[in-house]
Amino acid sequence: MLKTFSIGGIHPAENKLSAESAIQVLPIPQMVSIPISQHIGAPATPIVKKGDEVKVGQLIAKSSGFVSANIHSSVSGTVFKVDEIMDASGFRRTSVIINVEGDEWLEHIDRSEELVKEISASKEEIIKRVGDAGIVGLGGATFPAHVKLSVPPGKTAEVLIINAVECEPYLTSDHRIMLEKGDEVLVGTQILMKALEVNKAIIGIENNKPDAIAHLTKLAANYNGIEICPLKTQYPQGGEKQLISATIKREVPSGALPIEVGAVVQNVGTAYAVYEAVQKNKPLIERVATITGKSLKNPSNWMFRIGTPVKDIIEAAGGMPEDTGKIVGGGPMMGKALSSIDVPLTKGSSGLLLLPREETARKATKACIRCGKCVSVCPMGLEPYLLMVCADKKDYERLEKDAVMDCIECGSCSYTCPANRPLLDYIRLGKGKVGQIMRARK
Amino acid sequence: MSIIAITILALCAIGVTAAIILYFVAQKFKVYEDPRIDEVEEALPAANCGGCGYPGCRGFAEALVKADDISNFNCPVGGAAVMSHVGALLGHEIKAADPTVAVVRCNGTCENRPKTNQYDGAASCSIAASLYSGETGCQYGCLGLGECVEACNFDAMYMDEETGLPVIIEDKCVSCGACVKACPNNIIELRKKGPKSRRIFVSCVNKDKGAVAKKACNVACIGCRKCEKECPFDAITVENNLAYIDYNKCKLCRKCVVVCPTNAIHELNFPPRKEKPAANPDAKTVKPVATKAEVQDAPKAEPKANDSKDETSDNK
Ligand code: SF4
Ligand code: SF4
Ligand code: SF4
Ligand code: SF4
Repeated sequence: MLKTFSIGGIHPAENKLSAESAIQVLPIPQMVSIPISQHIGAPATPIVKKGDEVKVGQLIAKSSGFVSANIHSSVSGTVFKVDEIMDASGFRRTSVIINVEGDEWLEHIDRSEELVKEISASKEEIIKRVGDAGIVGLGGATFPAHVKLSVPPGKTAEVLIINAVECEPYLTSDHRIMLEKGDEVLVGTQILMKALEVNKAIIGIENNKPDAIAHLTKLAANYNGIEICPLKTQYPQGGEKQLISATIKREVPSGALPIEVGAVVQNVGTAYAVYEAVQKNKPLIERVATITGKSLKNPSNWMFRIGTPVKDIIEAAGGMPEDTGKIVGGGPMMGKALSSIDVPLTKGSSGLLLLPREETARKATKACIRCGKCVSVCPMGLEPYLLMVCADKKDYERLEKDAVMDCIECGSCSYTCPANRPLLDYIRLGKGKVGQIMRARK
Repeated sequence: MSIIAITILALCAIGVTAAIILYFVAQKFKVYEDPRIDEVEEALPAANCGGCGYPGCRGFAEALVKADDISNFNCPVGGAAVMSHVGALLGHEIKAADPTVAVVRCNGTCENRPKTNQYDGAASCSIAASLYSGETGCQYGCLGLGECVEACNFDAMYMDEETGLPVIIEDKCVSCGACVKACPNNIIELRKKGPKSRRIFVSCVNKDKGAVAKKACNVACIGCRKCEKECPFDAITVENNLAYIDYNKCKLCRKCVVVCPTNAIHELNFPPRKEKPAANPDAKTVKPVATKAEVQDAPKAEPKANDSKDETSDNK
């Protein structure tokens, strides 16, 4: 029996249409818009102004606190303006808009393909370089990576867990990175191990990617302390707490961080970015995203420069199909529909899913039939049907007592509900309110 | 026979003893309740809407009886009449608070504010607001899902099918503020009702720069400050590209309504204008038509929309 997490979980259709498509490089657009807030935490502070010349890899917005991230120019050219433009959720946010001229990189960035295995940087240097490079969790959560590497005093990390499960249906970018950049990922993992001072790392991969498991297992023989752990395919295994439960059989208590049980989780894409930052001096200016959808001509994986408009990647994959009803940023389970295709791709863009109209239509909501399915699939052991009612009735005390803050917004409950109740929509609302109340109390 | 008599007597004795004990206990633990609370509660409208900020009318009555000075308390439902009655009961002098009424500060009808995408999530304004900016280019405006209407306990609101905006039925609105609290975008405001219900307000909450706002909505406030300059009573302030009229200073002269290039300022319940300041006579009534002509050239304009100058100068 393969390992998986202890409670709940679902197995939606995998639809990994683009798994066979090798990573291609998306042409550099004529203009990029780079938002100053692409991460969780304080927005960065822009340090360039209209008319400035920038090169690839140059810092254009500085991290404005511990939980914040540097932003670098992904292209070379002239800053057209620093202004508010629409982000993926339709709100206007400050971005640096750059007119592209050529492709001139900062000199100290090593652009060769050569694998650098020797890790010369010390623990402190690694954390500093990861922070300087503006690396954030590339699984989609975009939490600044250097923060997770700085283990709080009094706690010790025992094991590093690399999240390579890619449990979202459709997405394949991590899968391709493992196949094409296997060695880089493993060196990246060793760098992370050095930063955390642990001698054990586990790479969790779901068994719907047998080629990646085989490839990395073969390579891992050359590296000390890295274990590949095949897992049963089960959503949401990519959740930190679920992955810890699946790989090392430890349960993170409610409200606590993984470090409480001695674990630190990083995404496999992040490990690759860490490799590039530490060994090659390359800040986070590009990443891999999957563009996919059943009617799309060419579901594929692309390495794009941060700030490239969404419509460019759609063009590259063969244009928008006639029957597109929704464009989802991210995977179908946790992704969010975009309100426009003029918005830029950012550090958190792990994929783009074009859903045909008939699949996106919401079905009519009916009354709860008390089947308990939502309860049985919830990986956090919550009672979604009850949380929804409490959120609707604004009973925030009850919500807090029933651990609404534990919800990881995986959407398993809404997915499963036979009455089509928008459970997560209401739970998320309640979570927001309870969060506000809790912060106010502090 | 004697068993029956003994039983009856014993029971009576227990009953009497218990009664005596209960009497003393009741005396000892008696909770004194001010009889005026009942009186005041009687005087309140029993709507239990919470508009006063207390849990129901009884809660408000308790607070009123306890307070030394009740001039800051107000029952929005009963208004001045009820408050002066309460004042008389409690022996307080009450000066009448200005009656207020809810006002919807968004005029982004389907016609004025074109849709840029379609929302099909859960039908709740709060949920929509927590997810994204809404179906139009305006990230501040009404989301049109009617959470305010649902919150209203007095049937004083409805959603206008044609405009997609909530409408307040003035006569029914008791100004309890439930809609104000319900709206995630802060669209609704309680404003002074005004003499003969005449009111002037900026029907827009968009804080974007002029060009952006105008592109999203024909009738957005573009922050041009014309109204601010025009107002003889310093009642208007423009902050973050958005004008706000202080209803305590506004003397209802209607000058700002005329100068506003986007018709963002609304006047309610005024008699029709006399012919004289005829420039923009249909400011209110034929709004969609008047503004449509403007849009053609406005988006091209530089942020501050200077091109509307000529238009307004012939207004004066
Ligand atoms: S979205 Fe939240 S409540 Fe629903 S299944 Fe996931 S963790 Fe449980
Ligand atoms: S899955 Fe849906 S119908 Fe079943 S108990 Fe949960 S909310 Fe009710
Ligand atoms: S005014 Fe507010 S609550 Fe009412 S429909 Fe508009 S956004 Fe929703
Ligand atoms: S005149 Fe109109 S557009 Fe200009 S600031 Fe006043 S309300 Fe806004």
